[in-house]
Amino acid sequence: MTVTVTAIAPTSTIPMRHRVVVRRRVAETVIVGLLLVATLVAVALLVTILGYVILRGLPAINVAFFTERPKPFGEVGGGVAPGLIGTLLLAAVSGAIAIPVGIAAAIFVVEYRSGRFSAPVRFAAELIAGLPSIVIGVFVWALLVRGLVGHYAAIAGAVALAVIMVPIVARTVEEVLKLVPNSLREAALALGAPRWKVILRIVLPTARAGVLTACILALARSAGETAPLLLTALGNDFFSTDLLRPIGALPLAIYRYAISPYDDWHTKAWGASLVLVVVIGGVGMLLRVVARQRVR
Amino acid sequence: MNATALRPTSSVESPAAPRAIALRTEKLSAYYGTAQAVGDVDLTFEVGAVTAIIGPSGCGKSTLLRCLNRMHETTPGARASGRVLLGDVEVYAPATDPVEVRSMVGMVFQKPNPFPMMSVYDNVAAGPRLRGWKMTRREMDDLVERNLRRAALWDEVKDRLHRSGAALSGGQQQRLCIARALATDPSVVLMDEPCSALDPIATYKIEELLRDLSHEVTIVIVTHNMQQASRVSERTAFMLAADDGVGRLVEFGKTDDLFTMPKDPRTEAYITGRFG
Repeated sequence: MTVTVTAIAPTSTIPMRHRVVVRRRVAETVIVGLLLVATLVAVALLVTILGYVILRGLPAINVAFFTERPKPFGEVGGGVAPGLIGTLLLAAVSGAIAIPVGIAAAIFVVEYRSGRFSAPVRFAAELIAGLPSIVIGVFVWALLVRGLVGHYAAIAGAVALAVIMVPIVARTVEEVLKLVPNSLREAALALGAPRWKVILRIVLPTARAGVLTACILALARSAGETAPLLLTALGNDFFSTDLLRPIGALPLAIYRYAISPYDDWHTKAWGASLVLVVVIGGVGMLLRVVARQRVR
Repeated sequence: MNATALRPTSSVESPAAPRAIALRTEKLSAYYGTAQAVGDVDLTFEVGAVTAIIGPSGCGKSTLLRCLNRMHETTPGARASGRVLLGDVEVYAPATDPVEVRSMVGMVFQKPNPFPMMSVYDNVAAGPRLRGWKMTRREMDDLVERNLRRAALWDEVKDRLHRSGAALSGGQQQRLCIARALATDPSVVLMDEPCSALDPIATYKIEELLRDLSHEVTIVIVTHNMQQASRVSERTAFMLAADDGVGRLVEFGKTDDLFTMPKDPRTEAYITGRFG
Protein backbone atom coordinates (compact mmCIF):
# COMPACT_ATOMS: atom_id res chain seq x y z
CA MET A 1 0.00 0.00 0.00
CA THR A 2 1.38 3.32 -0.95
CA VAL A 3 0.91 6.34 1.18
CA THR A 4 0.93 9.70 -0.44
CA VAL A 5 2.28 12.38 1.78
CA THR A 6 1.26 15.89 0.91
CA ALA A 7 3.78 18.42 1.92
CA ILE A 8 2.48 21.12 4.20
CA ALA A 9 3.94 24.56 3.88
CA PRO A 10 3.99 26.03 7.38
CA THR A 11 6.23 28.94 6.65
CA SER A 12 3.50 31.51 6.09
CA THR A 13 1.40 30.73 9.15
CA ILE A 14 4.00 31.32 11.84
CA PRO A 15 4.82 34.95 11.05
CA MET A 16 1.07 35.57 10.71
CA ARG A 17 0.43 34.26 14.20
CA HIS A 18 3.41 36.14 15.46
CA ARG A 19 1.97 39.39 14.21
CA VAL A 20 -1.33 38.64 15.97
CA VAL A 21 0.49 37.89 19.20
CA VAL A 22 2.44 41.13 19.05
CA ARG A 23 -0.66 43.16 18.37
CA ARG A 24 -2.48 41.45 21.29
CA ARG A 25 0.39 42.19 23.64
CA VAL A 26 0.52 45.83 22.61
CA ALA A 27 -3.23 46.16 23.14
CA GLU A 28 -2.88 44.51 26.54
CA THR A 29 -0.13 46.90 27.59
CA VAL A 30 -2.09 49.95 26.40
CA ILE A 31 -5.27 48.90 28.24
CA VAL A 32 -3.45 48.06 31.48
CA GLY A 33 -1.61 51.36 31.18
CA LEU A 34 -4.86 53.30 30.77
CA LEU A 35 -6.41 51.54 33.76
CA LEU A 36 -3.33 52.33 35.81
CA VAL A 37 -3.49 56.01 34.84
CA ALA A 38 -7.18 56.17 35.78
CA THR A 39 -6.47 54.56 39.13
CA LEU A 40 -3.58 56.91 39.78
CA VAL A 41 -5.75 59.93 38.98
CA ALA A 42 -8.38 58.76 41.46
CA VAL A 43 -5.83 58.04 44.17
CA ALA A 44 -3.94 61.25 43.47
CA LEU A 45 -7.14 63.25 43.81
CA LEU A 46 -7.84 61.69 47.20
CA VAL A 47 -4.27 62.15 48.41
CA THR A 48 -4.16 65.75 47.15
CA ILE A 49 -7.41 66.73 48.87
CA LEU A 50 -6.50 64.99 52.12
CA GLY A 51 -2.91 66.25 51.96
CA TYR A 52 -3.97 69.81 51.27
CA VAL A 53 -6.53 69.78 54.09
CA ILE A 54 -3.91 68.42 56.48
CA LEU A 55 -1.24 70.85 55.26
CA ARG A 56 -3.44 73.94 55.56
CA GLY A 57 -5.44 72.76 58.56
CA LEU A 58 -2.68 71.46 60.82
CA PRO A 59 -1.37 74.94 61.80
CA ALA A 60 -4.81 75.73 63.22
CA ILE A 61 -4.85 72.68 65.47
CA ASN A 62 -4.09 73.33 69.13
CA VAL A 63 -5.86 72.73 72.42
CA ALA A 64 -7.74 76.03 72.26
CA PHE A 65 -9.10 75.07 68.85
CA PHE A 66 -10.99 72.18 70.44
CA THR A 67 -11.97 73.85 73.70
CA GLU A 68 -12.73 77.48 72.92
CA ARG A 69 -15.57 79.17 71.18
CA PRO A 70 -14.90 81.52 68.24
CA LYS A 71 -13.51 84.94 69.05
CA PRO A 72 -15.44 88.06 68.10
CA PHE A 73 -15.27 89.09 64.48
CA GLY A 74 -11.72 89.90 63.39
CA GLU A 75 -9.88 88.81 66.51
CA VAL A 76 -7.09 86.22 66.37
CA GLY A 77 -7.51 82.95 68.30
CA GLY A 78 -10.51 81.00 69.46
CA GLY A 79 -11.74 77.59 68.36
CA VAL A 80 -14.57 75.56 66.97
CA ALA A 81 -15.70 73.75 70.12
CA PRO A 82 -19.38 74.78 69.84
CA GLY A 83 -19.43 73.58 66.22
CA LEU A 84 -17.81 70.29 67.15
CA ILE A 85 -20.31 69.67 69.92
CA GLY A 86 -23.12 70.76 67.63
CA THR A 87 -22.08 68.41 64.85
CA LEU A 88 -21.88 65.46 67.25
CA LEU A 89 -25.25 66.33 68.81
CA LEU A 90 -26.90 66.82 65.40
CA ALA A 91 -25.44 63.51 64.21
CA ALA A 92 -26.73 61.71 67.32
CA VAL A 93 -30.23 63.17 67.11
CA SER A 94 -30.61 62.87 63.33
CA GLY A 95 -29.18 59.34 63.49
CA ALA A 96 -31.63 58.40 66.22
CA ILE A 97 -34.46 59.57 63.98
CA ALA A 98 -33.24 58.38 60.58
CA ILE A 99 -31.54 55.06 61.28
CA PRO A 100 -34.57 53.22 62.72
CA VAL A 101 -36.83 54.66 60.02
CA GLY A 102 -34.39 53.78 57.25
CA ILE A 103 -33.78 50.25 58.50
CA ALA A 104 -37.50 49.69 58.97
CA ALA A 105 -38.18 50.86 55.42
CA ALA A 106 -35.48 48.54 54.07
CA ILE A 107 -36.88 45.58 56.02
CA PHE A 108 -40.32 46.40 54.71
CA VAL A 109 -39.13 46.50 51.11
CA VAL A 110 -36.98 43.35 51.25
CA GLU A 111 -38.66 41.05 53.75
CA TYR A 112 -42.23 41.86 52.80
CA ARG A 113 -41.47 42.00 49.11
CA SER A 114 -44.83 40.65 48.07
CA GLY A 115 -46.57 43.47 49.96
CA ARG A 116 -48.52 46.05 48.00
CA PHE A 117 -46.62 49.03 49.44
CA SER A 118 -43.11 47.75 48.85
CA ALA A 119 -42.66 49.36 45.42
CA PRO A 120 -44.08 52.80 46.45
CA VAL A 121 -41.79 52.85 49.52
CA ARG A 122 -38.74 52.20 47.38
CA PHE A 123 -39.85 54.83 44.86
CA ALA A 124 -40.35 57.41 47.62
CA ALA A 125 -36.89 56.71 49.01
CA GLU A 126 -35.38 57.22 45.58
CA LEU A 127 -37.24 60.50 45.12
CA ILE A 128 -36.11 61.89 48.48
CA ALA A 129 -32.53 60.78 47.77
CA GLY A 130 -32.67 62.80 44.56
CA LEU A 131 -33.84 66.01 46.22
CA PRO A 132 -31.21 68.77 46.50
CA SER A 133 -30.37 69.22 50.17
CA ILE A 134 -31.20 72.94 50.07
CA VAL A 135 -34.76 72.03 49.08
CA ILE A 136 -34.99 69.78 52.13
CA GLY A 137 -33.66 72.69 54.18
CA VAL A 138 -36.32 75.06 52.81
CA PHE A 139 -39.01 72.47 53.52
CA VAL A 140 -37.91 71.94 57.12
CA TRP A 141 -37.53 75.71 57.54
CA ALA A 142 -41.17 76.18 56.48
CA LEU A 143 -42.39 73.23 58.57
CA LEU A 144 -40.43 73.72 61.79
CA VAL A 145 -38.62 77.05 61.86
CA ARG A 146 -41.62 79.06 60.63
CA GLY A 147 -44.14 76.50 61.84
CA LEU A 148 -44.04 74.15 64.80
CA VAL A 149 -40.95 75.45 66.63
CA GLY A 150 -41.29 79.07 65.60
CA HIS A 151 -37.60 79.92 65.42
CA TYR A 152 -34.23 78.51 64.34
CA ALA A 153 -33.45 75.42 66.45
CA ALA A 154 -31.08 72.47 66.63
CA ILE A 155 -33.99 70.06 66.36
CA ALA A 156 -34.93 71.56 62.98
CA GLY A 157 -31.37 70.95 61.81
CA ALA A 158 -31.51 67.37 63.05
CA VAL A 159 -34.78 66.76 61.24
CA ALA A 160 -33.36 68.19 58.01
CA LEU A 161 -30.31 65.92 58.30
CA ALA A 162 -32.56 62.97 59.14
CA VAL A 163 -34.58 63.54 55.95
CA ILE A 164 -31.31 63.40 54.00
CA MET A 165 -30.19 60.25 55.84
CA VAL A 166 -33.35 58.13 55.63
CA PRO A 167 -33.11 57.25 51.93
CA ILE A 168 -29.37 56.60 52.19
CA VAL A 169 -29.88 54.18 55.08
CA ALA A 170 -32.93 52.59 53.46
CA ARG A 171 -31.35 51.98 50.09
CA THR A 172 -28.01 50.74 51.40
CA VAL A 173 -29.59 48.46 54.01
CA GLU A 174 -31.93 47.15 51.32
CA GLU A 175 -28.96 45.98 49.24
CA VAL A 176 -27.33 44.45 52.31
CA LEU A 177 -30.47 42.55 53.35
CA LYS A 178 -30.77 41.15 49.83
CA LEU A 179 -27.32 39.60 50.30
CA VAL A 180 -28.47 37.53 53.30
CA PRO A 181 -28.97 34.02 51.89
CA ASN A 182 -32.59 32.96 51.76
CA SER A 183 -31.57 29.59 53.17
CA LEU A 184 -31.00 31.25 56.55
CA ARG A 185 -34.49 32.74 56.57
CA GLU A 186 -35.89 29.33 55.67
CA ALA A 187 -33.88 27.60 58.38
CA ALA A 188 -35.22 30.01 61.00
CA LEU A 189 -38.79 29.84 59.73
CA ALA A 190 -38.62 26.04 59.76
CA LEU A 191 -37.57 26.17 63.42
CA GLY A 192 -40.96 27.66 64.15
CA ALA A 193 -39.88 31.27 64.53
CA PRO A 194 -42.37 34.02 63.68
CA ARG A 195 -41.33 36.23 60.79
CA TRP A 196 -40.47 39.32 62.86
CA LYS A 197 -38.12 37.25 65.02
CA VAL A 198 -36.46 35.79 61.94
CA ILE A 199 -35.76 39.35 60.81
CA LEU A 200 -34.59 40.72 64.16
CA ARG A 201 -32.61 37.70 65.38
CA ILE A 202 -31.27 36.14 62.18
CA VAL A 203 -31.41 38.47 59.18
CA LEU A 204 -30.26 41.72 60.82
CA PRO A 205 -27.42 40.14 62.86
CA THR A 206 -26.18 38.35 59.74
CA ALA A 207 -26.15 41.65 57.86
CA ARG A 208 -24.75 43.54 60.85
CA ALA A 209 -21.54 44.76 59.23
CA GLY A 210 -23.38 46.01 56.17
CA VAL A 211 -26.06 47.73 58.22
CA LEU A 212 -23.39 49.54 60.23
CA THR A 213 -21.66 50.59 57.03
CA ALA A 214 -24.94 52.02 55.79
CA CYS A 215 -25.35 54.03 59.00
CA ILE A 216 -21.78 55.36 58.77
CA LEU A 217 -22.33 56.32 55.16
CA ALA A 218 -25.47 58.24 56.04
CA LEU A 219 -23.89 59.90 59.09
CA ALA A 220 -20.82 60.90 57.09
CA ARG A 221 -22.94 62.34 54.34
CA SER A 222 -25.15 64.32 56.72
CA ALA A 223 -22.26 65.51 58.90
CA GLY A 224 -20.89 67.36 55.89
CA GLU A 225 -24.18 69.03 54.93
CA THR A 226 -24.14 72.82 55.14
CA ALA A 227 -27.00 74.24 53.12
CA PRO A 228 -29.94 72.77 55.06
CA LEU A 229 -28.33 73.72 58.38
CA LEU A 230 -28.08 77.40 57.33
CA LEU A 231 -31.87 77.44 57.15
CA THR A 232 -32.58 75.35 60.24
CA ALA A 233 -29.88 75.11 62.91
CA LEU A 234 -28.60 78.55 61.87
CA GLY A 235 -25.27 78.26 63.71
CA ASN A 236 -24.23 79.43 67.14
CA ASP A 237 -20.88 80.72 68.35
CA PHE A 238 -21.82 80.01 71.96
CA PHE A 239 -21.88 76.64 73.65
CA SER A 240 -25.32 75.10 73.46
CA THR A 241 -26.85 71.67 73.73
CA ASP A 242 -30.41 72.96 73.78
CA LEU A 243 -32.34 71.33 70.96
CA LEU A 244 -34.76 74.25 70.85
CA ARG A 245 -32.05 76.91 70.36
CA PRO A 246 -29.84 77.51 67.34
CA ILE A 247 -26.72 75.35 67.38
CA GLY A 248 -23.34 75.46 65.71
CA ALA A 249 -21.94 72.79 63.39
CA LEU A 250 -18.54 72.21 61.83
CA PRO A 251 -19.68 72.83 58.24
CA LEU A 252 -21.25 76.12 59.39
CA ALA A 253 -18.01 77.02 61.17
CA ILE A 254 -16.04 76.23 58.02
CA TYR A 255 -18.40 78.37 55.97
CA ARG A 256 -18.25 81.32 58.37
CA TYR A 257 -14.47 81.19 58.74
CA ALA A 258 -13.89 80.71 55.04
CA ILE A 259 -15.93 83.74 53.90
CA SER A 260 -14.19 86.02 56.40
CA PRO A 261 -11.45 88.38 55.22
CA TYR A 262 -8.83 87.28 57.83
CA ASP A 263 -5.92 84.90 57.24
CA ASP A 264 -6.16 83.49 60.76
CA TRP A 265 -9.81 82.66 60.17
CA HIS A 266 -9.00 81.05 56.83
CA THR A 267 -6.55 78.77 58.60
CA LYS A 268 -9.31 78.00 61.09
CA ALA A 269 -11.60 77.02 58.20
CA TRP A 270 -8.95 74.54 57.08
CA GLY A 271 -8.53 73.32 60.64
CA ALA A 272 -12.27 72.80 61.00
CA SER A 273 -12.27 70.90 57.68
CA LEU A 274 -9.52 68.65 58.97
CA VAL A 275 -11.44 68.00 62.20
CA LEU A 276 -14.60 67.20 60.22
CA VAL A 277 -12.74 64.70 58.03
CA VAL A 278 -11.05 63.10 61.02
CA VAL A 279 -14.29 62.86 63.04
CA ILE A 280 -16.18 61.21 60.16
CA GLY A 281 -13.27 58.92 59.29
CA GLY A 282 -12.63 58.06 62.93
CA VAL A 283 -16.23 57.17 63.72
CA GLY A 284 -16.35 55.10 60.56
CA MET A 285 -13.26 53.10 61.41
CA LEU A 286 -14.36 52.57 65.00
CA LEU A 287 -17.71 51.16 63.89
CA ARG A 288 -16.02 48.96 61.33
CA VAL A 289 -13.78 47.43 63.97
CA VAL A 290 -16.80 46.80 66.20
CA ALA A 291 -18.68 45.24 63.30
CA ARG A 292 -15.82 42.92 62.44
CA GLN A 293 -15.87 41.27 65.84
CA ARG A 294 -17.72 37.98 65.40
CA VAL A 295 -17.61 34.37 66.43
CA ARG A 296 -14.31 32.76 65.60
CA MET B 1 -24.91 -5.80 50.48
CA ASN B 2 -27.47 -6.93 52.92
CA ALA B 3 -29.84 -4.00 52.97
CA THR B 4 -32.30 -5.51 55.41
CA ALA B 5 -29.76 -5.78 58.21
CA LEU B 6 -29.16 -2.06 58.08
CA ARG B 7 -32.84 -1.24 58.33
CA PRO B 8 -34.14 -0.01 61.68
CA THR B 9 -35.04 -2.91 63.92
CA SER B 10 -38.61 -1.68 64.12
CA SER B 11 -39.14 -2.66 60.51
CA VAL B 12 -39.13 -6.34 61.40
CA GLU B 13 -42.00 -5.94 63.83
CA SER B 14 -44.95 -8.12 63.07
CA PRO B 15 -47.25 -6.59 60.48
CA ALA B 16 -50.16 -7.50 62.74
CA ALA B 17 -49.48 -4.42 64.86
CA PRO B 18 -49.82 -1.45 62.50
CA ARG B 19 -48.14 1.64 63.82
CA ALA B 20 -49.74 4.98 64.45
CA ILE B 21 -49.80 7.53 61.68
CA ALA B 22 -47.72 10.64 62.36
CA LEU B 23 -48.56 12.51 59.22
CA ARG B 24 -51.08 12.02 56.46
CA THR B 25 -51.88 13.85 53.25
CA GLU B 26 -55.17 13.73 51.37
CA LYS B 27 -55.47 15.03 47.83
CA LEU B 28 -52.57 17.38 48.47
CA SER B 29 -51.83 19.67 45.54
CA ALA B 30 -49.29 22.46 45.30
CA TYR B 31 -49.04 25.40 42.95
CA TYR B 32 -46.56 28.09 42.01
CA GLY B 33 -48.77 30.90 40.79
CA THR B 34 -51.02 29.20 38.27
CA ALA B 35 -48.62 26.33 37.53
CA GLN B 36 -49.45 23.15 39.39
CA ALA B 37 -46.40 21.27 40.71
CA VAL B 38 -47.95 18.50 42.79
CA GLY B 39 -51.29 16.83 42.16
CA ASP B 40 -53.59 14.92 44.50
CA VAL B 41 -51.05 13.11 46.63
CA ASP B 42 -52.33 10.72 49.30
CA LEU B 43 -49.59 9.52 51.62
CA THR B 44 -49.27 8.24 55.17
CA PHE B 45 -46.15 8.51 57.30
CA GLU B 46 -45.89 6.11 60.22
CA VAL B 47 -44.64 7.10 63.63
CA GLY B 48 -41.00 6.23 64.18
CA ALA B 49 -40.28 5.21 60.61
CA VAL B 50 -38.19 6.60 57.80
CA THR B 51 -40.21 7.24 54.68
CA ALA B 52 -38.35 8.10 51.50
CA ILE B 53 -39.76 10.10 48.60
CA ILE B 54 -37.93 9.36 45.37
CA GLY B 55 -38.36 10.48 41.81
CA PRO B 56 -36.55 12.25 38.99
CA SER B 57 -35.74 15.98 39.10
CA GLY B 58 -38.76 18.22 38.84
CA CYS B 59 -41.28 15.60 39.97
CA GLY B 60 -42.41 17.80 42.84
CA LYS B 61 -40.94 15.77 45.68
CA SER B 62 -39.27 18.74 47.38
CA THR B 63 -42.40 20.84 46.89
CA LEU B 64 -44.49 18.08 48.46
CA LEU B 65 -42.12 17.97 51.42
CA ARG B 66 -42.34 21.72 51.88
CA CYS B 67 -46.13 21.51 51.94
CA LEU B 68 -45.99 19.23 54.97
CA ASN B 69 -44.80 22.01 57.31
CA ARG B 70 -46.25 24.94 55.36
CA MET B 71 -42.85 26.13 54.17
CA HIS B 72 -44.16 25.98 50.59
CA GLU B 73 -46.26 29.10 51.05
CA THR B 74 -43.23 31.18 52.09
CA THR B 75 -42.30 31.28 48.39
CA PRO B 76 -44.11 34.28 46.85
CA GLY B 77 -47.11 33.14 44.84
CA ALA B 78 -47.02 29.57 46.12
CA ARG B 79 -50.04 27.84 47.62
CA ALA B 80 -51.34 24.40 48.43
CA SER B 81 -54.72 22.70 48.56
CA GLY B 82 -55.99 19.45 50.01
CA ARG B 83 -55.47 18.15 53.51
CA VAL B 84 -52.44 17.46 55.68
CA LEU B 85 -53.00 15.89 59.08
CA LEU B 86 -50.23 16.10 61.64
CA GLY B 87 -51.45 13.78 64.37
CA ASP B 88 -54.89 15.28 64.84
CA VAL B 89 -53.87 18.78 63.75
CA GLU B 90 -55.41 19.94 60.50
CA VAL B 91 -52.31 21.63 59.01
CA TYR B 92 -54.18 23.68 56.39
CA ALA B 93 -57.17 24.65 58.52
CA PRO B 94 -57.74 28.43 58.53
CA ALA B 95 -57.34 28.49 62.31
CA THR B 96 -53.97 26.70 62.21
CA ASP B 97 -50.98 28.98 62.65
CA PRO B 98 -48.17 27.99 60.25
CA VAL B 99 -45.62 28.97 62.89
CA GLU B 100 -47.13 26.37 65.24
CA VAL B 101 -46.99 23.72 62.52
CA ARG B 102 -43.34 24.46 61.83
CA SER B 103 -42.52 24.19 65.49
CA MET B 104 -43.86 20.63 65.52
CA VAL B 105 -42.12 19.60 62.31
CA GLY B 106 -38.37 20.04 61.96
CA MET B 107 -36.66 20.53 58.63
CA VAL B 108 -33.19 19.86 57.24
CA PHE B 109 -32.29 21.40 53.92
CA GLN B 110 -30.32 20.31 50.89
CA LYS B 111 -27.34 22.53 51.57
CA PRO B 112 -26.10 22.76 55.16
CA ASN B 113 -27.25 26.16 56.42
CA PRO B 114 -25.99 26.79 59.95
CA PHE B 115 -26.43 30.41 61.06
CA PRO B 116 -23.00 31.81 60.11
CA MET B 117 -22.77 34.44 62.84
CA MET B 118 -23.58 31.93 65.56
CA SER B 119 -21.40 29.45 67.38
CA VAL B 120 -22.04 25.69 67.33
CA TYR B 121 -23.75 26.05 70.72
CA ASP B 122 -25.92 28.98 69.63
CA ASN B 123 -26.98 27.18 66.47
CA VAL B 124 -28.42 24.31 68.50
CA ALA B 125 -29.95 26.75 70.99
CA ALA B 126 -31.42 28.88 68.19
CA GLY B 127 -34.75 27.05 67.97
CA PRO B 128 -35.61 27.22 71.70
CA ARG B 129 -34.45 30.82 71.83
CA LEU B 130 -36.36 31.91 68.72
CA ARG B 131 -39.45 30.36 70.24
CA GLY B 132 -38.85 32.15 73.51
CA TRP B 133 -38.51 29.05 75.71
CA LYS B 134 -37.71 30.08 79.27
CA MET B 135 -34.67 28.03 80.24
CA THR B 136 -31.84 28.36 82.69
CA ARG B 137 -28.28 28.37 81.46
CA ARG B 138 -27.89 24.85 82.81
CA GLU B 139 -30.98 23.52 81.09
CA MET B 140 -29.80 25.04 77.83
CA ASP B 141 -26.35 23.44 78.24
CA ASP B 142 -28.05 20.08 78.74
CA LEU B 143 -30.34 20.58 75.77
CA VAL B 144 -27.42 21.51 73.51
CA GLU B 145 -25.35 18.53 74.60
CA ARG B 146 -28.26 16.09 74.33
CA ASN B 147 -29.10 17.16 70.80
CA LEU B 148 -25.51 17.26 69.61
CA ARG B 149 -25.26 13.69 70.89
CA ARG B 150 -28.47 12.72 69.10
CA ALA B 151 -26.93 14.11 65.91
CA ALA B 152 -23.71 12.14 66.59
CA LEU B 153 -21.72 15.37 66.59
CA TRP B 154 -20.96 15.90 70.29
CA ASP B 155 -17.59 14.15 70.37
CA GLU B 156 -16.36 16.12 67.38
CA VAL B 157 -17.40 19.57 68.59
CA LYS B 158 -17.44 19.42 72.39
CA ASP B 159 -14.14 21.32 72.55
CA ARG B 160 -15.23 24.07 70.19
CA LEU B 161 -18.82 24.72 71.13
CA HIS B 162 -18.25 28.44 71.06
CA ARG B 163 -16.52 28.58 67.71
CA SER B 164 -18.40 29.45 64.55
CA GLY B 165 -20.64 26.73 63.15
CA ALA B 166 -19.59 27.79 59.67
CA ALA B 167 -16.02 26.58 60.38
CA LEU B 168 -17.10 22.92 60.50
CA SER B 169 -16.82 20.56 57.54
CA GLY B 170 -19.83 20.13 55.26
CA GLY B 171 -20.90 16.87 56.85
CA GLN B 172 -20.49 18.27 60.35
CA GLN B 173 -22.48 21.35 59.35
CA GLN B 174 -25.31 19.15 58.14
CA ARG B 175 -25.31 17.17 61.39
CA LEU B 176 -25.30 20.51 63.22
CA CYS B 177 -28.40 21.42 61.24
CA ILE B 178 -29.95 18.10 62.24
CA ALA B 179 -29.12 18.83 65.90
CA ARG B 180 -30.66 22.28 65.48
CA ALA B 181 -33.82 20.75 64.01
CA LEU B 182 -34.03 18.16 66.81
CA ALA B 183 -33.48 20.69 69.59
CA THR B 184 -37.09 21.81 69.62
CA ASP B 185 -38.33 18.22 69.96
CA PRO B 186 -40.32 17.95 66.74
CA SER B 187 -42.42 14.83 66.24
CA VAL B 188 -41.54 14.76 62.54
CA VAL B 189 -38.33 15.76 60.77
CA LEU B 190 -38.40 16.53 57.06
CA MET B 191 -35.17 16.17 55.12
CA ASP B 192 -34.77 17.60 51.65
CA GLU B 193 -31.92 15.70 49.96
CA PRO B 194 -29.77 16.16 53.07
CA CYS B 195 -26.75 14.36 51.59
CA SER B 196 -26.67 15.70 48.05
CA ALA B 197 -23.99 18.26 48.93
CA LEU B 198 -21.87 15.80 50.92
CA ASP B 199 -19.10 13.33 50.18
CA PRO B 200 -19.69 9.55 50.58
CA ILE B 201 -18.23 9.32 54.09
CA ALA B 202 -20.29 12.22 55.40
CA THR B 203 -23.29 10.70 53.64
CA TYR B 204 -22.66 7.37 55.32
CA LYS B 205 -22.55 9.03 58.74
CA ILE B 206 -25.84 10.82 58.14
CA GLU B 207 -27.52 7.63 56.94
CA GLU B 208 -26.32 5.84 60.04
CA LEU B 209 -27.70 8.70 62.10
CA LEU B 210 -31.09 8.49 60.36
CA ARG B 211 -31.42 4.84 61.29
CA ASP B 212 -30.72 5.63 64.95
CA LEU B 213 -33.00 8.63 65.00
CA SER B 214 -35.92 6.82 63.42
CA HIS B 215 -36.62 5.16 66.77
CA GLU B 216 -37.50 8.48 68.32
CA VAL B 217 -38.82 10.68 65.51
CA THR B 218 -40.70 10.22 62.29
CA ILE B 219 -38.46 11.00 59.34
CA VAL B 220 -39.46 11.92 55.82
CA ILE B 221 -36.52 12.09 53.45
CA VAL B 222 -36.55 13.30 49.87
CA THR B 223 -33.72 11.83 47.85
CA HIS B 224 -32.80 11.32 44.24
CA ASN B 225 -30.43 8.59 45.31
CA MET B 226 -32.26 5.29 45.07
CA GLN B 227 -29.57 3.37 46.91
CA GLN B 228 -29.95 5.80 49.78
CA ALA B 229 -33.71 5.29 49.84
CA SER B 230 -33.25 1.52 49.93
CA ARG B 231 -30.62 1.79 52.67
CA VAL B 232 -32.39 4.07 55.10
CA SER B 233 -36.12 3.86 54.56
CA GLU B 234 -38.84 1.44 55.51
CA ARG B 235 -41.33 2.83 53.09
CA THR B 236 -40.80 4.55 49.79
CA ALA B 237 -43.02 6.77 47.70
CA PHE B 238 -42.22 7.15 44.02
CA MET B 239 -43.31 10.36 42.33
CA LEU B 240 -43.26 11.28 38.68
CA ALA B 241 -44.19 14.39 36.75
CA ALA B 242 -46.67 13.74 33.96
CA ASP B 243 -46.51 15.52 30.60
CA ASP B 244 -48.54 18.37 32.09
CA GLY B 245 -45.68 19.04 34.55
CA VAL B 246 -47.73 17.99 37.56
CA GLY B 247 -45.95 15.63 39.94
CA ARG B 248 -48.12 12.73 41.11
CA LEU B 249 -47.64 9.74 43.35
CA VAL B 250 -47.05 6.65 41.26
CA GLU B 251 -46.42 4.02 43.86
CA PHE B 252 -46.11 3.83 47.63
CA GLY B 253 -45.23 0.83 49.70
CA LYS B 254 -42.61 -1.02 51.67
CA THR B 255 -39.18 -0.11 50.40
CA ASP B 256 -38.23 -3.76 49.85
CA ASP B 257 -41.34 -4.44 47.82
CA LEU B 258 -41.06 -1.27 45.79
CA PHE B 259 -37.48 -1.97 44.81
CA THR B 260 -37.80 -5.73 44.25
CA MET B 261 -41.24 -6.10 42.76
CA PRO B 262 -42.63 -2.73 41.71
CA LYS B 263 -46.28 -2.84 40.76
CA ASP B 264 -46.20 0.02 38.31
CA PRO B 265 -44.20 -0.28 35.10
CA ARG B 266 -43.08 3.35 35.48
CA THR B 267 -41.57 2.56 38.87
CA GLU B 268 -39.76 -0.40 37.40
CA ALA B 269 -38.46 1.70 34.55
CA TYR B 270 -37.14 4.33 36.99
CA ILE B 271 -35.47 1.99 39.47
CA THR B 272 -33.83 -0.01 36.75
CA GLY B 273 -32.41 3.22 35.38
CA ARG B 274 -34.31 3.48 32.16
CA PHE B 275 -35.00 7.18 32.77
CA GLY B 276 -34.55 9.91 35.33
